[in-house]
Amino acid sequence: MGAFTIGGGYAMLSLLQTEVVVSHQWISESAFTDIVAISQMTPGPIGINAATYVGYSVLYDATGLHWLGILGSGAATLALVLPSFIIVLAIVKFYTKFRSSTLFEGTMGWLRPTVVGLIGAAAVILVVRTSWSGGGPEFTIVRENFSGWKSWCLLGGAFVASYWGKVHPILIIIAAALLGLILY
Amino acid sequence: MIPIIQRELSKKGWISEEELPDIVALSQSAPGVMAVNISIFAGYRLRGVAGSIAATLGSITPSFLIILAIAMFFSAFRDNPWVEKAFKGIRPVVISLIAVPMINMAKKACTSWWKWLLAVLSMILVAFLNVSPIYILLVVLVLGFSLSYCKERWKL
Repeated sequence: MGAFTIGGGYAMLSLLQTEVVVSHQWISESAFTDIVAISQMTPGPIGINAATYVGYSVLYDATGLHWLGILGSGAATLALVLPSFIIVLAIVKFYTKFRSSTLFEGTMGWLRPTVVGLIGAAAVILVVRTSWSGGGPEFTIVRENFSGWKSWCLLGGAFVASYWGKVHPILIIIAAALLGLILY
Repeated sequence: MIPIIQRELSKKGWISEEELPDIVALSQSAPGVMAVNISIFAGYRLRGVAGSIAATLGSITPSFLIILAIAMFFSAFRDNPWVEKAFKGIRPVVISLIAVPMINMAKKACTSWWKWLLAVLSMILVAFLNVSPIYILLVVLVLGFSLSYCKERWKL
């Protein structure tokens, strides 16, 4: 599963996505979207939740065995936590040195905007698929996630509710599920 | 989540009130998930490396078990038409729920024009040119560290 983690929370989604959806193609975009939704609704950090889920479904879908899925989810969770665990432990050891270090703050000043970009990319990949097979870039909408105008209305509505309305993500997901049952 | 952790830590007398803001600030800027980072810090202060391992396991195990149960349950119901309909409604919404925290983060993190450029550039590289985020993070880490080092060294 690899040691693929720097950057926190939502940034992990981007790393996870490029590994399991784009480069290894272990799961589809729509399945990944479902996993993100479930991770947002479940208590606990979203990045770790998603990794646990991905670890389970990749091995379970491939083999049909529950115990292999559980093993996979344990491995994925550990793989995600371990690198940051080691880094943070190292920071604690030199904690007084780091406290007001302009070096640390300066480096983080570069990393934070990058992480913002990575999260943006995670959102974009769930909407548009880019292919470079025919010379130039070719953009296609991910049909599994956006089947028609109703999907775009849901996206817009959720954005307004979450950004300006400050409605809790769990309520938005529940409302979207109910609307899905009614609309489709 | 932070207020709960803070209250527990100071109520038990594990971490002093003066130390708490520092630990919270460090956990926020350190790589990884914040809640887990706080556990690592607190565990280390109390019992060293063993304490931090115990604290980390303690903070991830509950949500690990919950999500595992959901994953096992959901893989049995995935093909149910009602579940499929509900998720058809949920999927587009997820994109907005990723975009909103991203915008809020951008407002805090992108304090100058070149930081906006950095954010947009890394988004384009990952989303359209299929570059792995790991390479981008590594390059920015080395670049940011070296430039900050030079800035501090020669007081630029």
